[in-house]
Amino acid sequence: MVQEQLQESDIPSWARPFAWLGDQFLYLLTDLGRMGLFLLAALAGVFKRPFRGKELLKQLSFIGAGSITVIFFTALSSGMVLGLQGYYSLHKFGAEGMLGSAVSLTLIMELGPILTALMVTGRAGSAMCAEIGIMRISEQIDALECMAVDPFRYLISPKLLATMISVPLLTAMFDVVGIFGGYLAGVKLMGVSSGSYFNGMMQSVTNHDIRLGIIKSVVFALLLVWISTGRGYFVQQIRGVGFGAESVSKVTTQAVVMSSISVLIFDYLLTAVLL
Amino acid sequence: MTAESNSSDLPAIEFDEVYKSFGERGRRHTVLHGISFSVPRGKTTVIAGGSGQGKSVTLKLVLGLLRQDSGRILVDGQDVTLLRGSELRSLRTRFGVLFQGSALFDSLSVFENVALPLRERTKFSEQEIKERVMATLAQLELSGHEEKFPAQLSGGMKKRVGLARALQLDPEIVLFDEPTTGLDPVMTQEIYQLFERMQKDLGYTAVIVSHDIPKVFDLADQIVLLNRGEVDVFTSVEQIRDSKKPYIREFAEMTMGELFKSDRSEC
Repeated sequence: MVQEQLQESDIPSWARPFAWLGDQFLYLLTDLGRMGLFLLAALAGVFKRPFRGKELLKQLSFIGAGSITVIFFTALSSGMVLGLQGYYSLHKFGAEGMLGSAVSLTLIMELGPILTALMVTGRAGSAMCAEIGIMRISEQIDALECMAVDPFRYLISPKLLATMISVPLLTAMFDVVGIFGGYLAGVKLMGVSSGSYFNGMMQSVTNHDIRLGIIKSVVFALLLVWISTGRGYFVQQIRGVGFGAESVSKVTTQAVVMSSISVLIFDYLLTAVLL
Repeated sequence: MTAESNSSDLPAIEFDEVYKSFGERGRRHTVLHGISFSVPRGKTTVIAGGSGQGKSVTLKLVLGLLRQDSGRILVDGQDVTLLRGSELRSLRTRFGVLFQGSALFDSLSVFENVALPLRERTKFSEQEIKERVMATLAQLELSGHEEKFPAQLSGGMKKRVGLARALQLDPEIVLFDEPTTGLDPVMTQEIYQLFERMQKDLGYTAVIVSHDIPKVFDLADQIVLLNRGEVDVFTSVEQIRDSKKPYIREFAEMTMGELFKSDRSEC
């Protein structure tokens, strides 16, 4: 026999806040659990055959190559602002020679990984979330499951792999363009010597700093693709987002906000642990 | 394996005391109140009922896309609830599904949509896949449309592409979820004729969920009426008309008014 379900009206009024709290806690655990299983299934899908090489290239083109322009301009402007701000700060202490060091360390360890992740989240993460959300509400994912096609291998894993490859490379590009932006502002505009800019950079940046930047970019890539695709995949199970097109729009916003906040939180945690 | 080659006497699908409810804790709504019925092999079963009565839920339960709260769902005697992973995927290969909105992949052409199950689930060469897909498209009068995308197709064409895709792996059982929603009466009639022809040609077990009453009953060897979570099984429209149950009579009068009038005038 089926178990009788407890209805809200059966709960005494004094106990309802506790019931609500317990309900929210259970929902949070359920959500974390399904997101955890989702990540495991997506990672496992990367190694399953048949390998979707063509789809991977398509995603690399969209997530990676398609983000080059936005990353270029973000990096250039960030680097130039760092060059100017750094110059004015260091000039007060007569330490303009440290400009190359300050710009490159800030970019390689912090701004490069963070801004790249945020830009890719805004551009590709939102698109991935909306695409998968629409596929879910229009039963396309159900159709894949009914054809006994693993939706993780077919749909999620190529996006995951492409993001994990693209974001570190875009971060490297961000660092190089940002350093060049700092050079333009500091050396060409403010007159810092070119030699001291590059010498300062080469003396202060160590392999450890570069490794930290790479680790951060890989972790951020995983976070953004996991949250973006996961929110879209579970669009019908997420509370408070409504139904149909509205649910996809709300869940996309949620994915971008959650990804961005997670990137910022993990930036602190990784810096604290690895620095 | 096709339906014809399976000589088992077991029903193709069996619902045994199945309960299903939806909603958040404390605000749950029970849709199926312990329903039991069987789907005979090689025949067409129509599951009918009003909106929100759980018709589409029954299909999703059969496919393991949803899990029931209690009860058993047997496919060829195998309990779907107990299957996981590769076993569930293996079971699903025996089904073809035509979804309510056709569920075609927006970014793939008609050809790619129909070829997808063959590319993903078989070891056919591209040439063999091409031949099979083109043959099915011709059978469903879709030749010449293979390069189009779903957004460029009419509602009826989308249904036919959906059916072509559903039939690619020679399913034993084909599930149709509201197959004529959004179609005009002429197109609805054409789609039903097509279903009837394909079912006779291929011999699969068909389960059609629909609220398109009484037209859909023309196809039915068995009619399952879902009403407020309970189930009544009939083998003909006449049985529904002759039912003594007040809610069945009420439902039949509302949905089959014309048939009722002619029946009464003959009396």
